[in-house]
Amino acid sequence: MNEFPRWKYALVVLALLFGFLYALPNMYPKQPAVQISANRGFTVDGALKEKVQGILETQKIAFTAVELEGDRLLVRVPDLETQTKASDAVKTGIDSAGYVVALNLASTVPGWLTSIGAHGMAWGLDLQGGVHFLMEVDQKSVVDKQEQHYTDELRSLLRENKIGNSRAERGAQGVVVTLRSAEDRTKFAGIAGKAFPELIITEGATTGDAFALVAKVRPEKLKELALNTIRQNVGTLRNRINALGVAEPIIQQQGDTRIVVELPGLQDTAAAKKVLGATATLEYRAVDMTNDPATAERTGNIPPDSRLYRMREDGRPVLLKKKVIVSGDELVDASAQPDQRTGTPAVHVTLNANGGKKMLDFTMNNVGKNMAVVYIERIPEVKIVDGKEVRTATVKEEVVSNAVIQGVFSKQFQTTGLGSMKEASETALFLRAGSLAAPVDIVEERVIGPSLGQDNIAKGLLSVVIGVTLVVLFVGLYYKLFGLIADVALLLNLVLLVAILSLVQATLTLPAIAGIVLTLGMAIDANVLICERIREESRNGSTPMASIKGGYEKAWATILDANVTHLIAAFGLMAFGSGPIRGFAITLAIGIITSMFTSVTVTHVLVGLIFGGRRVKTLSV
Amino acid sequence: MELFKANTNIDFMAVRKPALAISLILMVLSVAIIFVRGLDYGLDFQGGAMIEVAYETPADDSAVRASLEKGGFHQAVVQSLGSSREYAIRIKPQQGEAQAAAMPPADAKPADDKAAAEAAPPADHAANNKIADEVLKALKADRADVVVKRSEFVGPQVGEELRSDGLVAVLFVIIGIMVYLWMRFEWRFAVSAVASEIHDTLLTVGVFALTGREFDLPALAAVLSVVGYSINDKVVVFDRVREIFRSSRKGEPYEILNRSINSTMSRTIMTGLTTSLAVGTLFFVGGPALENFGLIMLIGIFIGTLSSIFFANPILLWLGVSKQDLMPQTKEDPELARMP
Repeated sequence: MNEFPRWKYALVVLALLFGFLYALPNMYPKQPAVQISANRGFTVDGALKEKVQGILETQKIAFTAVELEGDRLLVRVPDLETQTKASDAVKTGIDSAGYVVALNLASTVPGWLTSIGAHGMAWGLDLQGGVHFLMEVDQKSVVDKQEQHYTDELRSLLRENKIGNSRAERGAQGVVVTLRSAEDRTKFAGIAGKAFPELIITEGATTGDAFALVAKVRPEKLKELALNTIRQNVGTLRNRINALGVAEPIIQQQGDTRIVVELPGLQDTAAAKKVLGATATLEYRAVDMTNDPATAERTGNIPPDSRLYRMREDGRPVLLKKKVIVSGDELVDASAQPDQRTGTPAVHVTLNANGGKKMLDFTMNNVGKNMAVVYIERIPEVKIVDGKEVRTATVKEEVVSNAVIQGVFSKQFQTTGLGSMKEASETALFLRAGSLAAPVDIVEERVIGPSLGQDNIAKGLLSVVIGVTLVVLFVGLYYKLFGLIADVALLLNLVLLVAILSLVQATLTLPAIAGIVLTLGMAIDANVLICERIREESRNGSTPMASIKGGYEKAWATILDANVTHLIAAFGLMAFGSGPIRGFAITLAIGIITSMFTSVTVTHVLVGLIFGGRRVKTLSV
Repeated sequence: MELFKANTNIDFMAVRKPALAISLILMVLSVAIIFVRGLDYGLDFQGGAMIEVAYETPADDSAVRASLEKGGFHQAVVQSLGSSREYAIRIKPQQGEAQAAAMPPADAKPADDKAAAEAAPPADHAANNKIADEVLKALKADRADVVVKRSEFVGPQVGEELRSDGLVAVLFVIIGIMVYLWMRFEWRFAVSAVASEIHDTLLTVGVFALTGREFDLPALAAVLSVVGYSINDKVVVFDRVREIFRSSRKGEPYEILNRSINSTMSRTIMTGLTTSLAVGTLFFVGGPALENFGLIMLIGIFIGTLSSIFFANPILLWLGVSKQDLMPQTKEDPELARMP
């Protein structure tokens, strides 16, 4: 009665095999490397490999291998010092516009293991360190954006108050409003001051019949905006990195204008760098439907509240209103999906509450008209002037989408009329990349060491080994044979847990290791329940075989209830979303599931194997 | 080997009233400690100063840490940056400086925009430079060839969203556990379990706050694991309560609760011991990174074990658990089918 069908034995053997195979890659250490990936229009091929090899050889930089892996090139180097040198040499040696060169920690897992999808767990920033990016937020663009915004606002205010023959433009000092009379000037200064208390309005120069007013944004307001901008950018970068599937990154504000991003060892640093460095912003603008863009372009006669743009794909001119409806920082998400009704390619866009309100206001009055998306890309350049690094950026503004507004909408809407699903996903990518509040540039890239010292890591790992050993010894001594069976199951549980964590590419941090230890400590609970039940049954006078059967049966209901409630708690923690806690919860949840299998099924099968064919008088429990 | 007598018969329920009273007093005390004394939040939650230093020749990270320790910076995070010549040092603001950063001096003229901007948290440059100077002094005491390359404020590692997400998660856990226990057991068990959860968490955090240790991310993870451990413990006893109610003829709640506690006693202590062995080693051997985790778990296991006996079951009795409420209602129930 304690024997099982063959498939149950087979299941345990398979689980064992799976566990050892997928846990194995963790035995291979990581190696410093430099990774080279191509931008659009460039390819990574044998020619590039030879070129890189040549650069390294002529500069006498030691490397262990240069490998072509799919669409990326990996240069493996012996140590961290060489890594920086190699990266610098490659960066200057190849076309910097065409390729992304990034530092990496490459795996040394043999090919036959990676071919079955077995990879080692990434070690967290606390245990191994990772790649450190320092990003600078362009604060000048915050001022620019604000001044542009107030120029538009003041222009509308002039129109609303019917002050004729007046202009509002951006000047060197701020927004310059030119009026026709001193009375107009005093009157408008009052109106504008009331409408926008955050502006400092002073009288400017008077030349002939041009009476100027200068409006500047108050410094406190700018400071506050700058802080908000950084905060928003930190949030956006966090979303982008989470979308990459990088577990447990660190994203922090540093100083007034910088953001630190630290990623633990990951497969594709160049991709991360590309995603981080996508420094575009975007704006939704109304299309000027009353004027013909072709005529405007030919004559150069552009209406004052419109601007001429070009389409990204064919360079056709488009006239757009200067006033922005919604800008990229109000975008929450964009994804490419086929339209639910027609099945044609579409991009689903989600805005935040504020953006949604603005979009609702706009679409209520503009159904049937066109709306366009302007994509503003920055291409950063670093030049050396008089021995100093000077950062400049050229700005490219293009229209990526121009579509008819089909109905009134607010937070969620979709853009259709795209040529293909590929185009849709590209547009979605543009939209997502453009959701930064202000452009950021990567100004520094380094490999950072573990945040815990080597001695602390050693202590932590030692305590884990001692802790698990103590549990194993104690259980073995206390429950004798059944304790030893439980110990075997416990070690198998450890292997299975590591295998599954590696398979889902969890990041191993010291808290996660603590989670593993805790899971093991608690996994024994199931065996304790079973063993205590078996003891109870035999105390009540059951035969050894009946005691085992009864022990497992009666303990099962308890184990199930206890583990399901524990699992609910673990899932709750996963919802935290915050890196280290989430990693811990994933470890806990997987551990609860594997422990139910090893502590109950595996031990029962082992007990069956040991006692199956024999008649026993006493139980060693 | 058996550590406990097989058939203990201790009348735990007799002390239910003083036990509940003590539990309530301890809960109130814990809330008071948490609010009055507060938790010493670490770098993870608060942010701090980030100082980049460079040595002329390679230095060892443990040597850098030792120098800082000597200079009075106890919880500094030291990481090599690019090579073993450059290090990033993160330090939590000291108590006084944090307050100075939060409150601009009263005599600062509000009209002076630049001063107002400078004094605004978190970008308190003066405080930062002061820390940087002290760090440099501490490092120079051991090696003269070190310079500060950059010193800036760094924001917290976990954002504001942890607070709101955390609340949602806790609610989710409470509701999830309640619904499950309600379905599998009965509403009285759900209420008792959730009340015990709150009791255990409050007491654990309260005791930890008393130690004055820094509350960091591993500590938060530990508090949340205490929730998991404690619910596990309660459910095991509840399971026995249900089983005995169903199989006994008389169904006298007082006696059945006592019997359930007694018959699960050896398991409660055994599991408490094995888990304590594992997390206790983390506390005693694990070093600064794991000792908080280990300590909180030790506290939590102790409190959780006691509350299974002296808090959860008295509440069950007080809520009026009875045999009728626990009898299986459907004929499909296997335990009913097995009965003669």
